[in-house]
Amino acid sequence: MDSALIPEGVKRCPTWQFIIWIGVVGAVMMWGVFAILLVYIKGLNQTNMNNAYGFALWIWADLTVIALGGGAFFTGFLRYIIGKDELKHIINYAVLIGFICYSSALLILGFDVGQPLRAWFIFWHANVHSMLTEVAFCLTCYFGVLCIEYLPLALENRQIDKVPFFHHLSHNMHEIMAVFAATGAFLSFFHQGSLGGVPGVMFGRPFGFREGVLIWPWTFFLFTWSAAAGGPCFTILITKITEKAVRKKLVKDNVIELLAKISGWMLVGYMVAKIIDTWYWAAFTAPSKGFTLMDFYANNPGSVYGIWILIAEIGVCGVLPALILITDKGRKNRIALFLAVLLAVLGVCLNRWVMVLQVLAVPVLTFENWAQYLPSWQEIATTILPVAYGIIMISLSYRYLPVFPQERELNPIEAPVSQTQEQLPEPETPPAGAEPEPSPSGS
Amino acid sequence: MFPFSFEWIWDMGHMVFHGGLWYALSIMGLGLTYCIIKAAVDTAKGKGGYHH
Repeated sequence: MDSALIPEGVKRCPTWQFIIWIGVVGAVMMWGVFAILLVYIKGLNQTNMNNAYGFALWIWADLTVIALGGGAFFTGFLRYIIGKDELKHIINYAVLIGFICYSSALLILGFDVGQPLRAWFIFWHANVHSMLTEVAFCLTCYFGVLCIEYLPLALENRQIDKVPFFHHLSHNMHEIMAVFAATGAFLSFFHQGSLGGVPGVMFGRPFGFREGVLIWPWTFFLFTWSAAAGGPCFTILITKITEKAVRKKLVKDNVIELLAKISGWMLVGYMVAKIIDTWYWAAFTAPSKGFTLMDFYANNPGSVYGIWILIAEIGVCGVLPALILITDKGRKNRIALFLAVLLAVLGVCLNRWVMVLQVLAVPVLTFENWAQYLPSWQEIATTILPVAYGIIMISLSYRYLPVFPQERELNPIEAPVSQTQEQLPEPETPPAGAEPEPSPSGS
Repeated sequence: MFPFSFEWIWDMGHMVFHGGLWYALSIMGLGLTYCIIKAAVDTAKGKGGYHH
């Protein structure tokens, strides 16, 4: 039914199967939409946020998808600015994942602000002393950059590409994509950092407070670094999951291994900085505020925030994946590579959880207890919504757009015998296994 | 957001914050405008298809 829209030379599942798939995921998405409507109609009393938790599950989800979407800016930076040409085979997917992550972040903010009709106040009446103002500026601008980066791929749809104007537009946009990629890298550096700067400047919350350089606490740089390290790992993870789902190889191993190697070394650098930061904070910063390290991890109900969380974040989800990713053997072993990128992604998620939730849970006054929080179903539904939305976006893009330039080469379709015989006399027929045309974003 | 807004002050904070914002918006706007105009010109000239 929709075969005219599917890219040439690739095979996709039947339309009925695709519709059922979209319907099932769409139902989950509608559950989230229902929860959003409840929040809009009834207000923030639909959440379990309270005076202790002004930031909760939504802000964690926000920070996490922004960090994981960092694969787009960092891969773009490597491809267009540093000149790692092999990454052209995965940049489309990195951009798509970044687009999904950032649109999800803006969606979450849309209902978290409580008064979405006044969202423009942050631009018009900007508080230039607030890190969150800088985040709002860069987040929206960078989403614009991601739209610009995604547009040439969308224009490469088989039918849209037949329109000369769109064909030329796609080509021209790709010609100056380096300018957009550089702007994206500039914007990402600052908003990833400013998100980290928020807990870092809260001197009334010694768990998050850090010293730093000029106006920037060390968490500013750690957040940017972790996004640059964890973002590409998320891109690899989603690529591997997609390959499993469609039962096809979509990207060659050398491309994945290159990205994994760079991520691994970024993760090593991040871990060194993180360990030094943690040691200095535990040995000097926290004691200067009247706390010991174990004050932040002991005596909390059910040991939800026990010392295990620090060991998991730095050791299991930090040092371990970094060691796997920097070794040639680790990258070449499929299971080890999958485990490493999964752990690295979990490490970023855990770091954001700690810097959003644990900061608020730790008692800071002598008469206070650990603040507890369990998200309401409305919060959970609205947080699952972006996942369903992401799956739908990936499914649609994969079906109708040439997201993976190497797919045709890696999965050649056997032409029917009659068709092959007809094509044989034609000298223009490309030989089997020839390099396929990459999409404009990849060329 | 604009110098004609009543709360605008010509200080470093406003210049850095809004300078960065307008810098990014300008690059995106100019870049996109250039691509659209060039695409329109290329289409009018009837340029051939590209092999990317």
